[in-house]
Amino acid sequence: MSKLIKVVTKDSALVPFVAILLGLLVGAIIMLIGGYDPILAYRSLLETVFGNRYDFGETLTAITPVLFTGLAVAFAFRTGLFNIGAEGQYIMGMTGATVIGVTVHLPWYLHAPLAVIVGALVGGLWGMIAGYLKAARGVNEVITTIMLNWIALHLANYIVRRFLLEPGKGRSYMVDDTASATIDWLSRFMDDARMHWGTAFALLGVIFFYYFLWRTKQGFELRVVGSNPDAANYAGISVNKGVVKAMFISGALAGLAGVFQVLGVFHNQVISAGHTGHGFDGIAVALLGGNNPLGVLLGAILFGVLSYGAAGMSFGADVPPEIIRIVIGSVIFFVAAPGIIRWLLKRISGKKRKEEAI
Amino acid sequence: MEQAKTVVEMRNITKRFPGIVANDSVNFKLRKGEIHALLGENGAGKSTLMNVLFGLYQPEEGEIFVNGQQVVIDGPNKAIKLGIGMVHQHFKLVHPFTVTENIILGSEPRKWMGLAVDKKQAYEKVNQLSKQYGLNVDPYAKIDEISVGMQQRVEILKTLYRGADILIFDEPTAVLTPQEIGELLVIMRNLVGQGKSIVLITHKLKEIMAIADSVTIVRRGKVIDSLPVAGTNPNQLAEKMVGREVSLKLDKKVAVLGEPILEVDNLVVKGRQGLNALNGTSFVLRRGEILGIAGVEGNGQSELIEALTGLRPVSSGSIKVAGADVVGEKPRAISEAGISLIPEDRHKHGLVLDFPVRDNMVLETYYQPQFNKRGFLDYEAIGKHAERLVKDFDVRTPSIMTDARALSGGNQQKAIIAREVDKNPEVLIAAQPTRGLDVGAIEFIHKRLVEQRNMGKAVLLVSYELDEIMQLSDRIAVIYEGRIVGEVKPSETNDQELGLMMTDYKQKQGGAGNEQAD
Repeated sequence: MSKLIKVVTKDSALVPFVAILLGLLVGAIIMLIGGYDPILAYRSLLETVFGNRYDFGETLTAITPVLFTGLAVAFAFRTGLFNIGAEGQYIMGMTGATVIGVTVHLPWYLHAPLAVIVGALVGGLWGMIAGYLKAARGVNEVITTIMLNWIALHLANYIVRRFLLEPGKGRSYMVDDTASATIDWLSRFMDDARMHWGTAFALLGVIFFYYFLWRTKQGFELRVVGSNPDAANYAGISVNKGVVKAMFISGALAGLAGVFQVLGVFHNQVISAGHTGHGFDGIAVALLGGNNPLGVLLGAILFGVLSYGAAGMSFGADVPPEIIRIVIGSVIFFVAAPGIIRWLLKRISGKKRKEEAI
Repeated sequence: MEQAKTVVEMRNITKRFPGIVANDSVNFKLRKGEIHALLGENGAGKSTLMNVLFGLYQPEEGEIFVNGQQVVIDGPNKAIKLGIGMVHQHFKLVHPFTVTENIILGSEPRKWMGLAVDKKQAYEKVNQLSKQYGLNVDPYAKIDEISVGMQQRVEILKTLYRGADILIFDEPTAVLTPQEIGELLVIMRNLVGQGKSIVLITHKLKEIMAIADSVTIVRRGKVIDSLPVAGTNPNQLAEKMVGREVSLKLDKKVAVLGEPILEVDNLVVKGRQGLNALNGTSFVLRRGEILGIAGVEGNGQSELIEALTGLRPVSSGSIKVAGADVVGEKPRAISEAGISLIPEDRHKHGLVLDFPVRDNMVLETYYQPQFNKRGFLDYEAIGKHAERLVKDFDVRTPSIMTDARALSGGNQQKAIIAREVDKNPEVLIAAQPTRGLDVGAIEFIHKRLVEQRNMGKAVLLVSYELDEIMQLSDRIAVIYEGRIVGEVKPSETNDQELGLMMTDYKQKQGGAGNEQAD
């Protein structure tokens, strides 16, 4: 039986690619129904992303937060946890960075690192709440993280409004320049695109993800907990500790997404009526990437390209940018329903085999 | 034997999986009204062959004839249409549903132009089938409420309800108690008596001798022999199955007893439902002996093991390992104190199935300095360690990087035993160490356990199989409702006496008390 599973999953890398193609196809069909030209639309999408330095840089900036949150969700998943709360952890990371950026005044070599560390810690602690509740009380992390998302949103709004608000504006004071994580020379080179260190850190996050889980003692423990908690218990590995630890690391990764949105992109925090969606996109990215660090990277790139390019699509082909959410939605649908793709692949390869036979 | 009609013939079946040939031009013939045993070690290809017959796998080569007609079985639905039914080893039942609901699932009798299920007709039909074949199943009972043996009968009814004339039983006795096995054999006799034909996949020689008419032996994907059971003997079959001579008897030197190493005194432990599963359990285990804990499943054995290894809190009493009380210690501390466990459920507790063999070999020791340098795992050392264990314990795996899931049950168990014995424990607890394994693996594992004892280690054997307890133990402690109700020597007792002690300890209590006072 296991052999059968292996044969079927051999094409596991193929599935996301086919899913992407099918997703684009569904998007094209919908555009056709709406009377738009899908080829022009996709071409302008790509032209937007790769057309000039500024847009390319901005695409990288769009990739960064979903890469972080994708890693966050995938990390938790490897430990057997479904972290729906990357959104809340993202907001808390943002808030931590803003508080330090606005209220503390230090030279740059202390200020920016402090803001990053505090933001990551706050995000991590926010994740840890759900981990603790699961370990100590057995509360399902899906429920708690969803609730914590809303608590985070309103708590962050309260903190900004009460302590950090710039009079007359719907946002906090700007963070000090000393806390900024922008890369000015690169931004100038990219025609003033908002380049920042977060992108580099996110790539480091990919490496960390791999090294921590597959090379370290603690990562080994977390993977045992995630793959078989009963065996973990028998082997003397504490499942509860693992759950709390994993939620902290996951939360810190999501928190870093928020940190760099503040320090690298916006330099302030707005009072927000709703969620940004970066955290939820992280779930999709993790799913798309098969909870694998390299896969998450590719998934994040796809997400960044599609969502940034969507603006160009409406500009170049007059297609409403919402279409791209349909494309993304269908890609996720096809990834989540690999049976459809396997069936399709089987038919294609089956036909080939028959042709060969002739 | 008169020449009965051939109902199934499989000719030159070849089925390949990446890396192995599971069936290598296998021929198999089933005659009407016979019980045909398919004997082989785990991974020999017997289940694969039957999965081909049931349409779960497509063979690369070969032909299948059912009732003389050549057929292509492209799925279980086709197999069912041809009158082939399979009783799987792991039941496929919906637990909150009733027996009847489970049986009709997927082919419900309809009424009101197909809009509703005709339950009345369904219950009647199930009842009638149950009576006809002497299955004695209550069609209204919920699956949750009936025993494992009854659940198996529901699986049998499922195939009969779908009109099966050819029944495949995949290791049907693996989950049954001795009494249930007896009943199953009667049912199988009934079935063939009424014209059904049965394929019995098994590795238990006792069963084959007891019930089968003929036997086909498979080894490494090939048919070794096919012969009538009358005129053969277990030793001959075992030899054909394993490919070499096997000793079904274990030669054991006289135990050289050392000082007590594990002392359990008046242990009280709560079970899953919050009731006391152990009610003052006491026993002493000495170096150099195998103490067998005999008892019917569910009399506190699992809780005892969990308490001994620190997985379940102890309400009162003491557990001393080499004189030091370990009650309240964490599992890892107890493991370091010298207790190793071969767990009852190797998939759930013993292995991480999605991890390679290599990583499973250090599941309990990965943190120790030889495998771990400043927080980073030393995969070179871990790999060497795994290579050594795989070699020493003859774990058959394509490589140490193969996922544990891909190994056969026997090799998974060998891997666990390798890991646990290599920890060099003072006390080795073996819980059902040979459950579901074949002769070759059982022989290997029994030898290893005796070897541990001969080295002066203590072995606590917890098993529901009396044969195993009788064969291995130097001393037998019988557990009943969470208490040790008697201790006997295997040489001074027999199955009947043990059976009585295991079920109705009151009759034996006086005697047991005397023995303990000796």
